[in-house]
Amino acid sequence: MKFAVIVFPGSNCDIDMYHAIKDELGEEAEYVWHDTEDLSGYDGILLPGGFSYGDYLRSGSIARFSNVMKEVVKAAEEGKPVLGVCNGFQILLEAGLLPGAMLRNKELKFMCRTVGLVVENPDTMFTSAYSKNQVIQIPIAHGEGNYYCDDTVFNDLKANNQIVFTYEGLNPNGSLGNIAGITNAKGNVLGMMPHPERAVDALLGSADGLNLFQSIVKHWRDSNVITA
Amino acid sequence: MSLLLEPTALNIKEEKLYKEMGLSDEEFGMVESILGRTPNWTELGLFSVMWSEHCSYKNSKPLLKKFPVTGERVLQGPGEGAGIVDIGDGQAVAFKIESHNHPSAIEPYQGAATGVGGIIRDVFSMGARPIAILNSLRFGELDSARVRYLFEEVVAGIAGYGNCIGIPTVGGEIQFDASYDGNPLVNAMCVGLIDHKDIQKGQAKGVGNTVMYVGAKTGRDGIHGATFASEELSDTSDEKRPAVQVGDPFMEKLLLEACLELVKSDALIGIQDMGAAGLTSSSAEMASKAGSGIEMNLDLVPQRETGMTGYEMMLSESQERMLIVIEKGREPEIQELFHKYDLDAVAVGHVTDDHHLRLIHKGEVIADVPVDALAEDAPVYHKPSSEPAYYREFQAMDNEEPAVENVEETLLSLLKQPTIASKEWVYDQYDYQVRTNTVVTPGSDAAVLRIRGTEKALAMTTDCNSRYLYLDPETGGKIAVAEAARNIVCSGGVPLAITDCLNFGNPEKPEIFWQMEKSVDGMSEACRVLNAPVIGGNVSLYNETNGTAVYPTPVVGMVGLIENIEHITTQSFKQAGDLVYVIGETRTEFGGSELQKLVHGRIFGQAPALDLEVEKNRQALLLKAIQGGLVSSAHDLAEGGLAVALAESTFGTNGLGVEVDLKGSVVTALFSETQSRFLVSVSPEQKEAFEQVVTAEYIGHVTAQSAIMIRHEGQAVINKPVKEFEDSWRGAIACLLS
Repeated sequence: MKFAVIVFPGSNCDIDMYHAIKDELGEEAEYVWHDTEDLSGYDGILLPGGFSYGDYLRSGSIARFSNVMKEVVKAAEEGKPVLGVCNGFQILLEAGLLPGAMLRNKELKFMCRTVGLVVENPDTMFTSAYSKNQVIQIPIAHGEGNYYCDDTVFNDLKANNQIVFTYEGLNPNGSLGNIAGITNAKGNVLGMMPHPERAVDALLGSADGLNLFQSIVKHWRDSNVITA
Repeated sequence: MSLLLEPTALNIKEEKLYKEMGLSDEEFGMVESILGRTPNWTELGLFSVMWSEHCSYKNSKPLLKKFPVTGERVLQGPGEGAGIVDIGDGQAVAFKIESHNHPSAIEPYQGAATGVGGIIRDVFSMGARPIAILNSLRFGELDSARVRYLFEEVVAGIAGYGNCIGIPTVGGEIQFDASYDGNPLVNAMCVGLIDHKDIQKGQAKGVGNTVMYVGAKTGRDGIHGATFASEELSDTSDEKRPAVQVGDPFMEKLLLEACLELVKSDALIGIQDMGAAGLTSSSAEMASKAGSGIEMNLDLVPQRETGMTGYEMMLSESQERMLIVIEKGREPEIQELFHKYDLDAVAVGHVTDDHHLRLIHKGEVIADVPVDALAEDAPVYHKPSSEPAYYREFQAMDNEEPAVENVEETLLSLLKQPTIASKEWVYDQYDYQVRTNTVVTPGSDAAVLRIRGTEKALAMTTDCNSRYLYLDPETGGKIAVAEAARNIVCSGGVPLAITDCLNFGNPEKPEIFWQMEKSVDGMSEACRVLNAPVIGGNVSLYNETNGTAVYPTPVVGMVGLIENIEHITTQSFKQAGDLVYVIGETRTEFGGSELQKLVHGRIFGQAPALDLEVEKNRQALLLKAIQGGLVSSAHDLAEGGLAVALAESTFGTNGLGVEVDLKGSVVTALFSETQSRFLVSVSPEQKEAFEQVVTAEYIGHVTAQSAIMIRHEGQAVINKPVKEFEDSWRGAIACLLS
């Protein structure tokens, strides 16, 4: 399986995403610069964390106008897996691929630590290798991860099982419903604040994030075996 | 807008305007004799910044010469953006520490942020990929609202810059003491990784080659920053706010990536950061180092504001800029490279052979000055030195134990002292994991980063206990280096080299100069004995507010090599049943200790003694035991002594405790700050092997009950759940801030 790691000016977790795929998952990955106008050669799209365009104006608000985003929308419509982590999640919100918006953390400070995440929905292409209510250890590192949406959207998210990850115990950023990650209604676009690509090697504290990437690959293999 | 007319050469001389720029009468006379005429306003500006202490080290040069700067691993010593040390397999580590004290005292967020930005540029100007940031901070006591403001904003500034640019802030140290009330110290260190073949130099070689300006545009911020950093602070220092620069980490991220692409190009001849004294220092130093000259047309300099004069452009310290020299004719490919990142890359001049820096603005030559006069031939002073009376008084005192009634309460109080308390409130705000190499995160003795694609790792730390240095600068200087080395060794590494940031008061005061002299003597000796040469650093003098100096604070930044990631060791206890040992005997030494400060509210007496040969041997043996896989945890004994180290080793272990029995005077055994000591835990299977390698005193064992049980000759003196100690320690700083 071949992944595109989209690089915007100011992305800084691109290298982590790339190495997670290449070194730990053992799949193909390529850095793709933000002005690219063709993503047809990739099976999965990864929007890494960082500070695209310096977070100027609002996190993700400028990156979403990049050329490559038209292609990301197209890939999402085609049903390809699209994963946005941290700033990648913020960009997906700005691009309208996911509902809702981000506020600053409730304590108004950047926050870096490893937190417990509850797997709320293991029936997605991103989470099939986890079990329901499993608690996984994944690092967070953000200043604006306080997810917010209106009641209608929130009820829809719940009704469609789009809330994939919630924070276990103390909510670090004040997000609505302890939300840490959500998918779109179709289930092929996942945005999450915690960094699964930082949790792929026990040497660095946790390898709990690897199952997320393995789930994506399994889904892709299963789909492709049927058509092969 | 600067519509004011610049003073003429005649004005400058008759009205002694050079004094406002920090030049003395003698220095102005030297400038006149170098030029054979009176300098104009722009030229005076060039000399003023280049001859400031910050750029020329005119007061500290004679002392810096004492440092050992060579070693078998040293590839680049002091004099370039950063020093470089070989780590084998064609790889090397580049690192440097630098101060941003004065700007941070006035505008703490931007002062700290641009301190981080500047040190990162120093490292990538060498061609190295920055992999980690550390810092060393000093503030007054947190009971002052002003100090809390400075502390919170400095931390936010470091976080704001480091997090955005995507380089992990992995470690550091913070001390709080009233001597830093009006003059906080903000020292930032950056560590980079480089292949030998990519090492760059800041040299303008090859007559006719093109000088290019790359990165952010030049504005009026930071004009005379280097001059401002070379004078004392006072109540009117707020007026110098325009001398503080404003940082843009997004811009620097683009510049970083572009420059690391650039160093792969054979068109590149030389590259240097426009740091202190901006365009002036980068051009003059690059030409001076190469024995060449540079001519620049300032009309071509990318400008952020209209109507800027040559003087303003040359003295601006706008951030995120680099000066590069490239092979003539290859400008288009360089421009293309930078345009990918939406950055300016403009040919502004060329290399000449006349050893002059010549500046043209609006068709006129506005400055024509010999480059060596600016960069190399600044005056050097050996200031008078005099031993202060307080030192003699302290040396005459005996070592006495502070009176302690309840050792359990005392341990709880010590753990709440902000210098000892957990710095989680601080490092929680730093992204210490980005780039996914951080194996040991902030909070242990040293931070450890793996080197991807190898079995190796790097340990790094910053250290300096300035209280010891105040009591006895020579011994304190030795301790600063030795403690850094202890932290590296406890993490499983071999010390490679140090970078230092010498923060002192006004060197024109003989007692301050004496502190500098003695500190450097002590550090130099420790560096020699511990085989850790000085590969670069920075000097920050005039750290005084309204006439009162900070404690002498020569911060040591050290990097060590861990040969195999298997050797990585942390301070936390690992397993119930492990045996607990102390390496090194304990004497009654409380001068400058946390307990003395707690009990007496001030420090006095003799600093703890240090025997460097003993230190060296113990470090070598402990490292051997760690490398042999015989040690479960290792922690150096520092502020607060054995009791604090025991408590810290139980924190964050998910339910482990410790039970020990100590001998001798209880207060000394628990809280003395005798040097060259370590707390280690060893699994019972390794007992014999460990004891064969290391001479250590067995004091107890790690327990499965989460409690700290300390007996003194059989009698329980401390016995409480770990949680009580840990909560006090973990919450103290947040509590002091709210």
